[in-house]
Amino acid sequence: MSVDAWEIVQRARDPNRPYLLDYIGIVFSDFVELHGDRQFGDDAAIVGGLASLDGRTVATIGHQKGRTTNDRLQRRFGMARPEGYRKALRIMQMAEKFGFPIITFIDTPGADPSLEAEQRGQAWAIAENLAAMVMLAVPTLAVVIGEGGSGGALAIGVADRLLMMENATYSVVSPEGCASILWNDAALAPQAAMAMKITAPHLVEAGVADGIIPEPEGGAQTDYALAGTAIRDALATNLAELDLQFGMGADLDTNALVAARFEKYRRIGVVAATPSPLVGEGRGGR
Amino acid sequence: MIQNIFHRHRQAGALWVQCAKCHELIYQREFDDNLKTCPRCNHHARLSARERIASLLDEDTWQEEDEELRPADPLGFISLGEQYADKLNEAQQKTGLSEAALSGTGEIDSLAVRLVVLEFGFMGGSMASVVGEKVARAAEHSAGDRRPLIMISASGGARMQEGIYSLMQMAKTSAALAKLGAARVPSFSVLTDPTTGGVTASFASLADVIVAEAGALIGFAGPRVIEQTTKQKLPPDAQRPEFLLKHGMIDAIVHRRELKSALAKALRLYAGGPFASTTPASLTPAPKRSKAIASTNGAGSGAQQG
Repeated sequence: MSVDAWEIVQRARDPNRPYLLDYIGIVFSDFVELHGDRQFGDDAAIVGGLASLDGRTVATIGHQKGRTTNDRLQRRFGMARPEGYRKALRIMQMAEKFGFPIITFIDTPGADPSLEAEQRGQAWAIAENLAAMVMLAVPTLAVVIGEGGSGGALAIGVADRLLMMENATYSVVSPEGCASILWNDAALAPQAAMAMKITAPHLVEAGVADGIIPEPEGGAQTDYALAGTAIRDALATNLAELDLQFGMGADLDTNALVAARFEKYRRIGVVAATPSPLVGEGRGGR
Repeated sequence: MIQNIFHRHRQAGALWVQCAKCHELIYQREFDDNLKTCPRCNHHARLSARERIASLLDEDTWQEEDEELRPADPLGFISLGEQYADKLNEAQQKTGLSEAALSGTGEIDSLAVRLVVLEFGFMGGSMASVVGEKVARAAEHSAGDRRPLIMISASGGARMQEGIYSLMQMAKTSAALAKLGAARVPSFSVLTDPTTGGVTASFASLADVIVAEAGALIGFAGPRVIEQTTKQKLPPDAQRPEFLLKHGMIDAIVHRRELKSALAKALRLYAGGPFASTTPASLTPAPKRSKAIASTNGAGSGAQQG
């Protein structure tokens, strides 16, 4: 299964690929959508609400790209604005109040780059979500179902468990962005996609993702039901593992849960010991 | 004196400097005394991390921490041009720093603080593993010794060459700031030119008090990306301090000359609360003499601290 990273990028962006709203009906029952951030507006690029996973109430939130041209424009291709991230946070904090686990779905090219987003504090909204999500006192799961685009993905992606669909990507910047910044040529995106190691196996290797959800032969777009069922099974398994580890309901050890999540993120990063191989005597007589 | 470090940077014989904005010729000494701001148009030229530290801290109080942290190449990043290791080496030679952040302790008007300062000259102040680790550790040290944390940003955002590790530093630093807040240790963020992307969208926006240096470009997306995506021309004040103040994102716009006194004033007020450290800086052991400031004229010679 050595598929080229650029091929995976194409699959993750396939316009026929199932989006959040396609999965919700398969993964959950009784979805009730909630709207608005209670401050400014309702961002259609983020869908959120309550639903039932095997009889257990959860909050679910994710990016929604849109299917028709009009829908895509309405939802800005899944590029959320501050009010979208604030809606997500509002629903998460409400879920925390009632002890509902939180399940997020990531599928975005990135946070919306626009004057309006800047006026309403795009960076502030993302940062506040990151800080708040680390501390949520309920189990949290995140699934990258398509594109995991940078800070706009991470803003709803801090979780106890991060799962990647087999053909999903997750990266610090889009391959096109990386190629044009580093090499002045967006056409070199395939090379950037490879260099940044953005596919599911790499994310697991880096300790960022905790598992890979298999897709039907040919990709999730060939069989929505099969892909959705695989997501449901993976969520149920991972939630059961968290229940076992930290307890559930009234017995949930929230301190241990939050401490483990904090540690997970605290550890990520690779730092060399002194003396650096890059400075001083360590490197080819430099 | 504060200004010594600026004077030392002057090249022999360079008596005049031209303001990059208003193109006025300024007497070099006047420019330096003004902390590299234009006395005519108030344009703020960028400061190096060491110049920044010298401009804020009381003389001889700087003591660097976590200086042993060095970057690695966790992805084995395959570049079509210059390799990541060579880029790091070049940035190290150019700045005299091992990474894009300096962290450590010092005093501002005799008040004990901890500083994290990003170096824009080091790969655009970009955040990868080491910068994230330094910010997280600084927050943790401050949660321990209760020194208020002052973070001074100048960054293009997350560093591409460390891929997902860079992105995750946003979560790591934000988590550390959340913990610092829970410990009720005050944090201050100074946004300087330019601060964008993953740094703005993480620790730099999570402080108790956020100020912007006059004229700085601050935002999430870069102006070119916005204009290309939306096909609209941005208004001239977009992503500038006045814009951020108007939209409620920052507490104040500060001229560089006033930054130290503004921070000192705020620090004194936070020190007047019930959760402030009980140990004033004057009672803590005097930190050893800072080599960092003394060696600033070594920038470019590749001299490493520690």
